Order: sequence, then C-alpha cells, then structure tokens
Amino acid sequence: MTVPIFWYLAVAAALFGIGTLGVLIRRSAIMAFLSIELMLNAVNLSIVAFARSLGERTGDLAAVLDGHVLVLMVIAVAAAEAAIGLALFIAVYRRRRTIDLNRLNLMRW
Amino acid sequence: MEVAVFLLFAALVLVSALVVVLHRNPIYAVMSLVVTLVSIAVLFVLLGAPFLAAIQVLVYTGAIVVLFLFVIMLLNVSGDGSTAFGLQKIVAAGAAVGFSTLLLVLFWGRFGGLPLSPLKEADVALRPLARALLGTYLLPFEMVGLLLLAAVTAATVLARRGESEKT
Repeated sequence: MTVPIFWYLAVAAALFGIGTLGVLIRRSAIMAFLSIELMLNAVNLSIVAFARSLGERTGDLAAVLDGHVLVLMVIAVAAAEAAIGLALFIAVYRRRRTIDLNRLNLMRW
Repeated sequence: MEVAVFLLFAALVLVSALVVVLHRNPIYAVMSLVVTLVSIAVLFVLLGAPFLAAIQVLVYTGAIVVLFLFVIMLLNVSGDGSTAFGLQKIVAAGAAVGFSTLLLVLFWGRFGGLPLSPLKEADVALRPLARALLGTYLLPFEMVGLLLLAAVTAATVLARRGESEKT
C-alpha cells in the first residue's frame, strides 16, 4: 500500500501552522526567522506533493519536473534570504544591542 | 513498509518542528530544526524527488543551519523570556490551529482519498530533471546564480563594521 497524497498535504499544513505559531509567539528576531524557514519548508513539501499528484493523474513527467525545478528555485531564494536576513540582524544588533522584536519599534506608528 | 516510514518521519517532522518553536534555548531549537529538515528530505524521497532531498540536506542543513548557529553564537541570544506571554500566546495558538484547519479542509476537498500508484524507475530518473533545469529553465537557473551573487555581496556589506564604528 502506498501513502495517499492527502497525508503529505496534511503534514505540510500542520508544519505551516507550527511555523505561524513560532512567528507569532517568538520575541527574538532569529527565532521568528527560524519559524519562517519552517513555513518555507512546508510550502516546498506541498509543491512536491502537488507535482507528484499531477504526474499521477496526467502521466506527464515534464509537469512533475516543473514542480521540482520550482522547489529548487525556492530553496535558492531561501538561502539568499537567510544570508541577508542574518546580516541585517547583525547590523541591527550592532546599533541597538538587542534583536528583541518588541523593542525594535522605531518604525511603529 | 512505505506507510511505516512515512508515519515515522511525518511524526518526527511535526514533533521536532514543535520543539523548534517552543524550546527556550536557541541552540537546541536550531538542532531540532536539523531533524525537521532531514525528515522532510526523507518525505521528498518518498514523493519521488531524490535530487531535491539531496539539495535539501546540502543547502538547508549544510549551509543555512550553520549560518543560524553562527549568528546565534555571535549575538549571544540567551534563552530567557524569548517567548511572548499569556493572552498573546493563546491568540497565536488559535490563529495557527485555525489556519492549519482551513488548509486541511481545502486540501481534503481537492485531494481527499486520492490514491497514489507506486513510483516507477522513470519517475526518479535524474537525466530529465537535468534537461529541464539546464534546458527549459536555463534562464531562471542563471538568474538564481545572479541572485545568490547579489545576496552574498549585500550580506557582506551589511554585516561589515562601518568605518565610524571601528575601535
């Protein structure tokens, strides 16, 4: 017996929810960023599952590969985003001596 | 067999993700993230994407997690009071559970009960993926390279100590 496609999507949905929770309750900017990585991974998982389901129904290998290439692009963008985000945190920490999101309220209304 | 592997690693994904979100010590949270990412790589293999699984392990656990560890140790983010409190936590949990449930309902409406046939050897071949990546998608592929170059340059400039701050 193989695993139905919905189970993978359920894992992805739950993982995205956990990531959302982390972004909302964490006060350290780095930990919120870590939670965003979780959400990105949930989306990647769902894209691969969608591609597999599409290939299953149409029998079109090219469609499956489109999904895989898309995930590769997302991973590359996630790497770039992590590098820039963490560099920003270092720059902010140098000026403010904190990366507590509750205290970084310079741009609040 | 496949179901057993899936259940084991799906459970591992969710439990370690909860540890990432809830653990007070940032180092433990990042270490738990490694478990999450490797388990997701196993799910990629089950879905017939072994190349993505390899890239996931290389890029995420190999590069991004190490970057996180570096910055956490550099900035010395201590664990004390790193989470919100009381009402805010309850509202956040409610929002997360509500959103997950919404996604589950939507997915069930579209994909519920859809079975998958076992993978064939042609489904996991690497040659077609290479042709897609370096043929059909050559331009986006090169653009990603450009994006990474820009990101590295920007990160270097941002994290560099400014002239006036030098001691």
